[in-house]
Amino acid sequence: MTTAIHAEDLNVYFDKNHALKGVTMDINKNEVTAVIGPSGCGKSTFIRCINRMNDLITNCTVNGKVMVDGTDINDDDVDVVDVRRRIGMVFQKPNPFPKSIYENVAYAPRLHGIVETVDGKVKRRKHTKQELDAIVERSLRRAALWEEVKDRLDKGGMTLSGGQQQRLCIARTLSIDPEIILFDEPCSALDPIATSKIEDLLVDLKKDYTVVIVTHSMQQAARISDRTAFFYMGEMVEMGDTKQIFEKPARELTEQYITGRMG
Amino acid sequence: MVPRATFMHELDILNEEITEMANASKKAIEKAVQMIAENDLTLKDEVRQLDRHIYEMNERIDNHCLDIIALHSPVASDLRMISTCLKMVEDLNRFGRYARDIVELMDDFEEGKAFKRFESLRTMACLVVGLVDDAVYSFLQRDAEKASHLHERDDAVDSLYDTIFREVLTYMMEDPRKITVGIDLILVARYMERVADHACNIGEYVYHMVTGERLDPTKRTGHVEPVVACKLFDHPSPRTELDEK
Repeated sequence: MTTAIHAEDLNVYFDKNHALKGVTMDINKNEVTAVIGPSGCGKSTFIRCINRMNDLITNCTVNGKVMVDGTDINDDDVDVVDVRRRIGMVFQKPNPFPKSIYENVAYAPRLHGIVETVDGKVKRRKHTKQELDAIVERSLRRAALWEEVKDRLDKGGMTLSGGQQQRLCIARTLSIDPEIILFDEPCSALDPIATSKIEDLLVDLKKDYTVVIVTHSMQQAARISDRTAFFYMGEMVEMGDTKQIFEKPARELTEQYITGRMG
Repeated sequence: MVPRATFMHELDILNEEITEMANASKKAIEKAVQMIAENDLTLKDEVRQLDRHIYEMNERIDNHCLDIIALHSPVASDLRMISTCLKMVEDLNRFGRYARDIVELMDDFEEGKAFKRFESLRTMACLVVGLVDDAVYSFLQRDAEKASHLHERDDAVDSLYDTIFREVLTYMMEDPRKITVGIDLILVARYMERVADHACNIGEYVYHMVTGERLDPTKRTGHVEPVVACKLFDHPSPRTELDEK
């Protein structure tokens, strides 16, 4: 199994609060990795390190390495916009733009444009209408939303149901063809049917992408992930195959948490 | 407040239920063996009642386990405990059925005294009751070490069964009038041999429940607890303190 992300001795501080303590772990390519743990254990902080979302927090300091494809994304010469293009993120609450369904998906490709090499020179150009149409359809299909919205692409993204909005956000992430997708409790605001659709989608997406999901639902982690990492008080306590974690965890702390005796 | 208080309460109740069933099953086997040893036909009704009670407990525990799985989604050691209970009730139920089968064989049996005289059967009964006792004890005490050695003691029961079979066969060949009682003796021995197998099954479940590892039933460590002088018939309930748990 190839490693997609390698975190090494990762420490995060919010002022003097040591939120993430020396986390070292590997996330495999084309797998769903679930991050579980009680509130405030550092799981969201951890995945926000993977695409440098913590940069946006003024009092946050990040130490350590996050290696993606052999490059430390925290290096000074790394383009953070490119990092976030390659590593997409879907949040807890669906947050479509106040634009049409089409525009929600076309927005990011239009912004990034297409990078081409012409006569040995790297050039960036705008997408043609046909290219954008193709990206929108492909992304919506990949997010299992196309059949539900293909006849009303000009309608507002906010008019969709919660579950559809979340899949629209996933389609929006897919539109710029990321390598890794981070999900921060993507189903916590959804009903069981919408949750089930997102879960099926996540399992399907791992064929083409590396998926990392933070979830409070241990059943969800058990249902969809290949590997699970348990965080507690800023430390990564245990990581292993999901089956092993939920059947026979190696650490007593993990056992206590997953059996509901602690947390 | 205890986390997941309702779930913990359900597990406590389940533990009490399985303890009650295990003790009833153990008692049924002991009474059946006692009936053989003392040719005491008055114990028959008691064994029948125990068998009925064990059967009812089987259904109740089975339903309770399914309720817990459906409502509380147990994982890890909790899931192993419930899985153990689900499987264990079937074996405990078989204890009750075999105890009943044994006492039914004694029904209206004029030559019941033959059972009492048959020393190999007494020794086998002693071993089997010890195995059942330890299987139940290993569950109640979560004792993986004790559970892991039950198979070795079952080997002794198996070889005793072979001995009894050959011995009885010889009697039957010598005197065809002994065929009826001979067949009954073989059947009783067979039932006890099966009881020992079910006790070993419980040992396997308990080992998995406690350690999370599977016990290889074909492995032998060579550690066999010595069979001490059998006081079974003087003390029909060798570990009565468990009845109180």
